[in-house]
Amino acid sequence: MSGVRVLIGTRKGAFILTADGRREHWDVSGPHFGGWEIYHMKGSPVDPNRLYASQSSSWFGQVIQRSSDGGKSWETVGNKFAYDGPVGNHLWYDGTQRLFEFARVWHLEPALDDPDTVYAGIQDAAMFKTTDGGQSWRELPGLRNHPSAPQWQPGAGGMCLHTIVLDPKHPGRIYVAISAAGVFRSDDGGESWRPMNRGLVSEQIPNPTAEVGHCVHRIAMHPSRPSVLFMQKHWDVMRSDDAGESWKDVGGNLPTDFGFPIDVHAHEPNTIYVVPIKSDSEHYLPDGKLRVYRSRTGGHEWEALTKGLPQSHCYVNVLRDAMAVDALDPCGVYFGTTGGQVYASANAGDSWTPIVRDLPSVVSVEVQTLP
Amino acid sequence: MIRVVLPAHLRTLARVEGELKLDVGPPVTARAILDALEASHPMLRGTIRDQVTQQRRAFVRFFACEEDLSQDSPDDPLPEAVAAGVEPFLIVGAMAGG
Repeated sequence: MSGVRVLIGTRKGAFILTADGRREHWDVSGPHFGGWEIYHMKGSPVDPNRLYASQSSSWFGQVIQRSSDGGKSWETVGNKFAYDGPVGNHLWYDGTQRLFEFARVWHLEPALDDPDTVYAGIQDAAMFKTTDGGQSWRELPGLRNHPSAPQWQPGAGGMCLHTIVLDPKHPGRIYVAISAAGVFRSDDGGESWRPMNRGLVSEQIPNPTAEVGHCVHRIAMHPSRPSVLFMQKHWDVMRSDDAGESWKDVGGNLPTDFGFPIDVHAHEPNTIYVVPIKSDSEHYLPDGKLRVYRSRTGGHEWEALTKGLPQSHCYVNVLRDAMAVDALDPCGVYFGTTGGQVYASANAGDSWTPIVRDLPSVVSVEVQTLP
Repeated sequence: MIRVVLPAHLRTLARVEGELKLDVGPPVTARAILDALEASHPMLRGTIRDQVTQQRRAFVRFFACEEDLSQDSPDDPLPEAVAAGVEPFLIVGAMAGG
């Protein structure tokens, strides 16, 4: 492994950081697409020079950018995300029904075996797919046409499909998470979907154990053990050992189990990371301390990781797509804050250093381990 | 030739500088200008009007000859000065924000 490339999406553009395998000195490129919101950038696992970026603006809508040289140059590709068939309704904030309406692409997930195939999670929640490198997108309408869709409701950020996880051992198995509907799983490449929310408890909905309506913030999987999933919910950190069929609370001794990101160590499937946030009405760190919590036991038992992180007067947030790991040894862990800092640990979280500071508010962080 | 001025973000996206000049036959309407603009610069599709509904995006405005034409029908003829290339058709990002 020769190096690392960190893809950072912010409220005002994209930044790309690169370093060699020691991860000590970082080159910063950007802003790319200055002034636009970059909700997500991600590279193809089979062609690391193929990158995709979701660029959007309240003024000018959605643009999709593609790079074939690792982010040195970009070209616009297709940006037409038209729902397939009757649009249908979902639940609005005020309890009324409202038509699905495209707002933006939250997440781009390149396929595991083809750089031209990418899945897109959008707001209002639906799943799209391209097989021609982003030139054209078609909806996988089985998700939005699920009978539960009229009960899906928007979270504070909108009704977004924000997480897409591809199972590397079961071709066609895809997990998505929607705020606020919950987790859905497809076993046929996205044609049909089942809610996978048994065991979730959300006091913010009329039936706390309903089949849908849960504000799942993020799910994560280790590729070597895809039947085990980890979840950061609105409140609660959860784990499934049966491919999402049921969930149990593993928040254990966390100071608060509210938060947004969750991720898994690259080489230790039972080592997971979260960043606890004070509450759903106070989206900042508890006690003014930036603490990543690590569990080496797959949950329940957590340790605070603080070395190199501010431990006073720090009131940033870390958003759901803003944490990632590299595949080097020791595993690198990265996260970006709403205050514009991106922190990295080259030793699995034992110590941290800011690799760039004072960016616009960070929305997403992805990491590529370069050959 | 019709003169068109884009907002800064769309000039960057379209990789153009200054005014654009488009060949648009009569009648010169907002729809005809946008059709020609999107044909010559396909990366602008969806950024000024919705690709499905063809509705102007809410935070985009159309000005010309010191008039706000945003609420006019896209099929209304534009002022003669625009059709004659004397005055530009201004595509503007709405003033929103601090």
